[in-house]
Amino acid sequence: MRGIIGYGTYVPYYRLDRAKITEAMGSGGGRGHRAVANHDEDTTTMGVEAARNALKAATKTPASIWFATANPAYLDKTNATAIQAALDLPQETWAVDAGGAARSAEAAILGARGSSGVSLAVISDLRTGNPTSADESGGGDAAAALLFGDDEDSPVIAHALGIAAATGEFLDRYRLPGETSSKIWEERFGEQAYLALAEDAIERATKEANIGLEDVDKFVIAGLHARAVRGLSRIAGDKLVDDLTARIGNPGAAQLPLLVAAALDTAAPGETILCVHLADGAYASVLRTTDAIASYSPYESVETQIESGNDSLSYNAYLTWRGFLDREPPRRPDPDRPGAPPAFRSEDWKYAFVGSRDRTSGAIHLPPMRVSMDGGAVDDMERIRMADVPATIATFTVDHLAFSLSPPTVAVVIDYDGGGRFQAEMTDVDPDTVKIGDRVQMTFRRLFTAQGIHNYFWKARPLID
Amino acid sequence: MASHGIKDQVAIVGMGCTPFGEHWDKGVDDMLVDAAQEAYASAGVGQDDIDAFWLGTMGSGVSGLTLSKPLQIDYKPVSRLENMCATGSEAFRNACYAVASGAYDTVMAIGVEKLKDSGYSGLTGSRPPSDGTDSSLTAPATFSLLAPAYAHKHGLDDETMKEVLTRIAWKNHKNGALNPRAQFRKEVAKETIAGSPLVAGPLGIFDCSGVSDGSAAAIIVRAEDAHRYTDKPLYVKALSFSSGPATGALDPSYDYTTFREVRASAEEAYKQAGIDDPRSQIAMAEVHDCFTPTELVLMEDLGFADEGTAWKEALNGTFDLDGDLPVNPDGGLKSFGHPIGASGLRMLFECWLQLRGEAPPERQIDSDKTLGLTHNLGGQPGACVSFVSVVGSEIG
Repeated sequence: MRGIIGYGTYVPYYRLDRAKITEAMGSGGGRGHRAVANHDEDTTTMGVEAARNALKAATKTPASIWFATANPAYLDKTNATAIQAALDLPQETWAVDAGGAARSAEAAILGARGSSGVSLAVISDLRTGNPTSADESGGGDAAAALLFGDDEDSPVIAHALGIAAATGEFLDRYRLPGETSSKIWEERFGEQAYLALAEDAIERATKEANIGLEDVDKFVIAGLHARAVRGLSRIAGDKLVDDLTARIGNPGAAQLPLLVAAALDTAAPGETILCVHLADGAYASVLRTTDAIASYSPYESVETQIESGNDSLSYNAYLTWRGFLDREPPRRPDPDRPGAPPAFRSEDWKYAFVGSRDRTSGAIHLPPMRVSMDGGAVDDMERIRMADVPATIATFTVDHLAFSLSPPTVAVVIDYDGGGRFQAEMTDVDPDTVKIGDRVQMTFRRLFTAQGIHNYFWKARPLID
Repeated sequence: MASHGIKDQVAIVGMGCTPFGEHWDKGVDDMLVDAAQEAYASAGVGQDDIDAFWLGTMGSGVSGLTLSKPLQIDYKPVSRLENMCATGSEAFRNACYAVASGAYDTVMAIGVEKLKDSGYSGLTGSRPPSDGTDSSLTAPATFSLLAPAYAHKHGLDDETMKEVLTRIAWKNHKNGALNPRAQFRKEVAKETIAGSPLVAGPLGIFDCSGVSDGSAAAIIVRAEDAHRYTDKPLYVKALSFSSGPATGALDPSYDYTTFREVRASAEEAYKQAGIDDPRSQIAMAEVHDCFTPTELVLMEDLGFADEGTAWKEALNGTFDLDGDLPVNPDGGLKSFGHPIGASGLRMLFECWLQLRGEAPPERQIDSDKTLGLTHNLGGQPGACVSFVSVVGSEIG
């Protein structure tokens, strides 16, 4: 039997209180919060974090990565390769992108489910919209990863009894490449199109699964068309899984897998979950949880991630991070773009955070060195990945002068549990609260973008115990 | 295999130092001409008497042509050196060795930097293409790492630490106010220093050295020839340089309260000069006060204060102009700014004035000691290069 053998999610740390939009602009806004990717995050880095969380709770590593987003960090260049590299997976890993539309999520899920061996679907989205738009306040940023495999790989915790899709060519939501805000046709037009498509897909999926709607324990209904989602949700009654839009917004392509993860977080064995995705058609999947789900625990539940957010983000910081507001930069040169050959040579370091450990003295070198700082042995090193090792702050500073989209920059010198030291930038933290002895963990981030090159590397962030 | 030093083998017989500051009206060439001419006049030589030249500059030019063109040097050797913020000292060190080796009779070391043409705050520099993982911290941020680590280790609360740093800046500005060549020639109230806008960590604007342009030069000859040029030569007692393995950011045993490179270079310099108690044997020191916590830590690394006590000594005035061991009597980087290639030679220029009794009376140190020390640092805590020289007004 093939199905979901694990999953991981990532909801970024910051939340924007929608009231702050109204406060600043006089309109827009609303109640509740949306999740906001930090200035150093994009869909690729959030995808890495979701995938890391999935793999932390897994016993097997994937042979393929299927990455989908409606907001790719690069065009032409595959983004899944950075995820593969950041996960320290071997070059045999087949990493591919599906991109451009919220519906691409289905491509990643079907690709991972349909390929052989352990396969990872990673879906990430970062939603922007013009200031005061419904997309701005209603959108959210998040990522989710679903790990597929067969029972012989790892116990399947949920599998699909039936899957069906209906496709419709109509103008609901659209955006030209490079634009930061989508255009949307009149809502009522999209609603009627979606409801008809959904009815068709659900009917075929439940028929294949040989169940009726009355057999469904939980309904997951995802989609960016709020009115159509609301309309369809009437079939669920009190069995509807909360779509989390009040608390984190709608993370577009990532909403379907994120809500599936939220449903699985609390699912008992033998539950039937009907998952519907409204995006240029309708996708319906009937999931059935297995006995194995009782003994599966995710690295971090969706609820935990939502709960650990910080809603102090100001609206002007949000606008700055998303490029809607240009702050006066410090009187400092722009950062240099990373060079392709040096980055290629140091892929293990830059992407996988792999250092070198002296086989004799055990000294850990970050970045990796060929000559040992302890004893001077030459080329007697083994690789050691430090991405998942917690650390403690030895000293720190707050740099008000360094180039950053969100000054000041916090820098920390950290000592890893079990050895090794690194001087890192710190993120997702209030500069005023940092102190010696604080515990941190590593996170994959985009340091800056220079001359069209995203500079990905690792930072420290507070350790959530 | 051993390091022997060249104690009393060579001497400085003339020096020049331009005013340091925002020289909107002077280029690199102008400053080199000014410093060289002052040095020639000071030694009573002409350019034709100089056999070889060492030019220190980090980014104001490349190759010996940077010097030979503005000075119209006729086909003589000019070496251009760079060793981060210790560049000026490195030019001096290599020039001294050339004379000690017997290769040349008379040489000039000259340093220059034009920082104010960049239009940026602080120091900037170009790096070779990288993988993008290098720290992007600014210089004040890297040195500010010392402050919480030092305070934590020695049990200082934040207020006391700030008071210590403030006093160091206050002291150096007080000295600089007496120096016509300094960039900043005003005393600054402690409240102003402590209340200045934060740049990095606890460091405000006044905890940082300024950004300025300047040039300084020295004429060096064999010690036995020195009295042909001046009655009061400065003999070179020690020259040391330490380039570390840069493991501070890798090695958990490094605690950011010291510069290992400074300790190594100080130990080597004291050995060469025959100094066993620097605190009591040295008349004055010019040290690399790029940021106030740097000077604090240097006092311990150079052996001027016991570990964990420099903060008290700084508060007590030990390193004031009229203290036990005056440090940065000319005002230091704090008052001069830090035109990188020039700073090391500017420090020597203060030794030149003080040990010969030629400093203006208001800042002339009254001491029967004959030794001066300069210390020049490049890089950041945990990854730096350090230079120490000892010069003296008497042989032996």
